[in-house]
Amino acid sequence: MSKLPSFESVQKENILKAVLKDKFARYAFFVLVTLYLAVFLAPFITPYSKEYSNRDKAYCPPSKIYVINEDGKLSFPYTYNYVRYFDKETFETKYIEDRTKKYRVKYFDKTFYNVEKGGELYLLGTDINGRDNFSRLLYGGQISLTIGFLALLVSFPLGMLYGGLSGYLGGKTDFIMMRIAEAIMSIPSFYLLIILASILPADMTSIQRFTLIVLILALIGWAGFSRVVRGMVLSIKKKEFVIASEAIGASNIRTIIHHILPQTISYVIVAMTLSVPSYILSESGLSFLGLGIQQPDASWGNMLKEAQEFVNIVSRPWLLTPGFLIFVAVLAFNVIGDTIRDVLDPNSKER
Amino acid sequence: MNIWGYIFKRILQTIPLLLLVSIISFFLIRLAPVDPLAELRLNPSITQETLDYEAQRLGLDKPVIVQYGLWLKSFVQGDFGYCTTGEKVADKLMERIPNTLLLTSFVIFFTWAVGIPLGIVAALHWRKPIDRILTILSSIGMAIPSFFFALLLLIFAVKTGWFPTGGLTSYDFSEMTIWGKILDVLHHLVLPVVVLFTISLSGLQRQMRGNLLDVLQSDYVKFARAKGLSETKVVYKHALRNAINPMVTLLGFEFASLLSGAALTEYVFQYPGLGRLILEAVMKSDINLVMASLMIGTIMLVIGNLLADILLKLVDPRVEVA
Repeated sequence: MSKLPSFESVQKENILKAVLKDKFARYAFFVLVTLYLAVFLAPFITPYSKEYSNRDKAYCPPSKIYVINEDGKLSFPYTYNYVRYFDKETFETKYIEDRTKKYRVKYFDKTFYNVEKGGELYLLGTDINGRDNFSRLLYGGQISLTIGFLALLVSFPLGMLYGGLSGYLGGKTDFIMMRIAEAIMSIPSFYLLIILASILPADMTSIQRFTLIVLILALIGWAGFSRVVRGMVLSIKKKEFVIASEAIGASNIRTIIHHILPQTISYVIVAMTLSVPSYILSESGLSFLGLGIQQPDASWGNMLKEAQEFVNIVSRPWLLTPGFLIFVAVLAFNVIGDTIRDVLDPNSKER
Repeated sequence: MNIWGYIFKRILQTIPLLLLVSIISFFLIRLAPVDPLAELRLNPSITQETLDYEAQRLGLDKPVIVQYGLWLKSFVQGDFGYCTTGEKVADKLMERIPNTLLLTSFVIFFTWAVGIPLGIVAALHWRKPIDRILTILSSIGMAIPSFFFALLLLIFAVKTGWFPTGGLTSYDFSEMTIWGKILDVLHHLVLPVVVLFTISLSGLQRQMRGNLLDVLQSDYVKFARAKGLSETKVVYKHALRNAINPMVTLLGFEFASLLSGAALTEYVFQYPGLGRLILEAVMKSDINLVMASLMIGTIMLVIGNLLADILLKLVDPRVEVA
């Protein structure tokens, strides 16, 4: 680990600059910025709120926007509403455009896009409750894209402190602490995740549930991370500055936090960026099973839950869009994480 | 140290580990405010004797520590209690474990058969187009959520009708000949194997590439080249052996991540494996089943790591017990 540059030599601005030199990392960064902006500006983008639901329009297909009118001439963008009818031959509920009335699509009218009064504009169709899929994607992204970071903020300090204490104190304490960490690592992580999630009582507010899911996700990752930190601490604690800190009578905790842990920072940054995707994937997996974020709150995972039925995935492909967004976000985080590793640890050849 | 001594020492090490795991999971599950027998009582087909037996086996009227002791005792004796459906937990596990092992062994076989060569190819063409393409492909493979990929393949299966959409056997399985049965199972395995294969392939390929690149920079490889050995000999005779060794340890980790990753895939494909069993158990708050399958999952994982370590010792005798 001595190959790693020290914290002083890699200042934060330099990291960002060096990372953005890479073409793929630039694309990935652009994708992530767009995603985060879209997700957090959701109320200014879509005309539909998180709670909006039109019970008559369950599984309505995406609205089409026309710019060429029936006469073949260019016109203001407009759309038609869908009406539901029952197909007596196939016994299916179907939707057809009501061509009698046009609704103009407006831009920068209260929200980024909007439609004339009486019109409905479902860019990506609706779900079983007649809720606008596109709006829910944006609101769901607020949860899916932040939960990973929040879990990191819990698991990394925990792992660093645990690994730091274990490595610094050494001896029996180290032995016991590491056996506990190993035990936690030996439980298949997803099994542990679903068991913890299932313990949560059903009657919780969505904020409470969100917080607890963050804590559960954080509980999974810290053990493996703390083991690596401990290994690094073992070599750092023999250095002169640590001995100096002990000599002037600094407490153990102070020595660990102020002198030892900062030395592990480049590893920590790399490990953190590389683990954001796994938290995003875990949350979506949990919510997909119905154990994570619950309705009526949206997350990309629980939106995909509806896509579990055959009828839905075959005839209502727009329900799969959250999966693509998870994929894109995770891919972008992976690309950036890999590039950060290349920058901080040029000797690593994993990429 | 001879190999048997090594194996013995490693097995001894796993016992306290498993004990610790059992303590952690036991108290975690007891955190849930659920009466472990509530579901059993609701099931009319469960006799009063079974209920009394379970109550006594779990020692529900005693303090938690004693309960843990009782649970541990009956677990070691192989008595895992009853599911909420009234079946024996042990029978249910015996039915599911082979299925999960079948799935994971197929996946591990294919990932290694494809991932190692691809890693070598990428390392030998470092920073050339083929390496770039493989890096991009592996990034994509690592980013697909397993359940989403499984859903996409389900659409494919439904639209084309080429593959069954779930389960492990067809409805007329019992009437098939032995070859028909094998073909039927293989047919059902294709899609779940494809999902898990794609996801674990990327990591393995990258790791192999990284290892080989590291080894190719080492002094003895430089020396072999300086000696004038052909590049084929340098790579396949000298470099590769040392690059493969760390991969053996990875085998254990891979098994671990497959156990976890398989749960969601099994769920989507309705595959009768351990992952789906524990999921269903959790959802029905079937405490006996959850506890037993969690322990069995952990034991399988620990055994996987153990086998990987023993294998490593066989290929690289320098390894010592930590």
